[in-house]
Amino acid sequence: MRLLRSRPTPPPPTSPGDTLAEAEALHVRLGARHVLHGVDVSVRAGEVLALVGPNGAGKSTLLGALAADIAPADGAVRIHGCPAPDWSAPELALRRAVLPQSSALSFPFPVEEVVRMGRAPWAALGLEDDDTAVAEAMRRTEVEAFAARPFSALSGGERARVALARVLAQRAPLLLLDEPTAALDLRHQELVLRLCRERAAAGDAVVVVLHDLNLAAAYAHRVAVLRGGRVAADGPPEEVFSEDLLSEVYDQPVEVLPHPRTDGILVTPRRNL
Amino acid sequence: MSVLEKAAPAPEATRAPGRGPRTAAWLVTAGLVVALLVLVPVAAGIGAYPVPVGDVLASVQHRIGLGGTELDRVAESVLWNVRFPRIVLALLIGASLGCAGALMQGVFGNPLAEPGVIGISSGAAVGAVASIALGLDFLGTWTVSVAAFVAGLATVFLVYVMSRSGGRTEVVTLILTGIAVNAFAGAVIGLFLFFADAAAIQQITFWQLGSLSQATWPKVLAVLPCAAVGLVVAPLHARRLDLLALGERPARHLGVDVERLRITLVFVIALLTAAAVSVSGIISFVGLVVPHLLRMAVGPGHRFLVPASALLGAVVLLAADLAARTVASPAELPLGVLTALVGSPFFFWLLRRTRRRHGGWA
Repeated sequence: MRLLRSRPTPPPPTSPGDTLAEAEALHVRLGARHVLHGVDVSVRAGEVLALVGPNGAGKSTLLGALAADIAPADGAVRIHGCPAPDWSAPELALRRAVLPQSSALSFPFPVEEVVRMGRAPWAALGLEDDDTAVAEAMRRTEVEAFAARPFSALSGGERARVALARVLAQRAPLLLLDEPTAALDLRHQELVLRLCRERAAAGDAVVVVLHDLNLAAAYAHRVAVLRGGRVAADGPPEEVFSEDLLSEVYDQPVEVLPHPRTDGILVTPRRNL
Repeated sequence: MSVLEKAAPAPEATRAPGRGPRTAAWLVTAGLVVALLVLVPVAAGIGAYPVPVGDVLASVQHRIGLGGTELDRVAESVLWNVRFPRIVLALLIGASLGCAGALMQGVFGNPLAEPGVIGISSGAAVGAVASIALGLDFLGTWTVSVAAFVAGLATVFLVYVMSRSGGRTEVVTLILTGIAVNAFAGAVIGLFLFFADAAAIQQITFWQLGSLSQATWPKVLAVLPCAAVGLVVAPLHARRLDLLALGERPARHLGVDVERLRITLVFVIALLTAAAVSVSGIISFVGLVVPHLLRMAVGPGHRFLVPASALLGAVVLLAADLAARTVASPAELPLGVLTALVGSPFFFWLLRRTRRRHGGWA
């Protein structure tokens, strides 16, 4: 039966600036609730795009729509130039990798096997070097030390890194990461976002949902601020992150300061202690 | 699985270094094949009319035209009309149950799923009982199997739709669904018994005990298509079952057509369960215990687990049937009673362990 199915075609090489995913006038309804109202976002190769915004603003929903998980109620999502529903599951798996917010596993697979699952989309093609991809992903996320341990025996932060290693091993040109830093310590937060930059420098498009605005300011090429299912602002962090906008979006006074050593910015809630 | 689980590291963590899962897989497979090769002639020889193992082998050699000698008329008849159909039936049913258990646990993403526990077997039994009680024979020897398959399929779909949310099944939901389905199926079977005539009642009662003592070649033939299709198709989906352990969405992100996989496997499970239930009633816990033992020994990878569960299921059921007919000879214990006696304490232990890992469920 598998022989009759046509082989998925691998994606063509991308050049920086190519639009790998875009949402156009995207409306999404989850049940009776309208979650996204006319969102326009484009994700380009060679760029880290951070999605930020308060809880319930629609960040994860937008990511899900870009991943072709959630069907739009209106508007369109295009992945690699084609409408999302036109791709088959195996073809999509070669074009985009998704890191879910929480990762679970029904059975105690060892860590290395979990990372190797990321290679599954390539099994049908049989031309990629799986072992190298798995080893590299594990080295970059620093999970080699517990390669033989079962996933279920790991701490939350370790699980998050293993899940990221699996996503990296997939080697898709479009990476969609939902809060990859939520369970991580300071060092590993930096590690993960450096990895995002490296992937972008290598020509991939990276979309990352973040809550830490300083991480977004430091590592993203572009940020999209979401509020109530709409894009409130979209652009380079130093232009978008203004005190007025952030204070209003988060309903919390915010200070934006120049970094004393670099020419970046620092974002902090206004506290009077 | 929740983060709470990290308190109890799985036993795999302490596996001795130098003995990788792959070596363990080969060792276990080799052990199972040897066990099967030893157990079959031994089981063929033991019984009310003992036949020495050497004679059994000689007779088999003779039949397949590789020399050997023909035995006397009685011994030949005992071997080929009584023992061998029974052995083949035990192997087929055991393999079906073991394989169905491994598949169900994979599809439900829950290590407690099993055709008997969730009520798939009872559902299939409703179909089988209905066809016996109503005296249906529109498909000849296959009538009971087909009825069991149709009813089993309806039950798997029902349970599947009712007990899952977000790609996995909570233990409590699963067990409660099982209770409800088992109760309903039991009531329907009771209803059929109430309306059936005396001969049908006797046939149903005997069948319900889960015995293989009425094994004949036509019965083997009745089970064979269901079991063979199920056992051949199941391992083809093993790799995708591994990915399904990540959850439905991540599996889709890795290129698995989840809907299609789900429907295919539900069909396969219904086929395998129907194969087992249609001849021998409800034999519970084989599908639960077998995949668990293998997972503990080798790990959860389905490419090994699915075929090996079929193999171990066959070995276990053959051994159980041998015990059932020799322990209390000349009387015969019902096979279903024997497997439940051994299986339910194991299930209880498993339930306790799962509960501890999840930090209890309210």
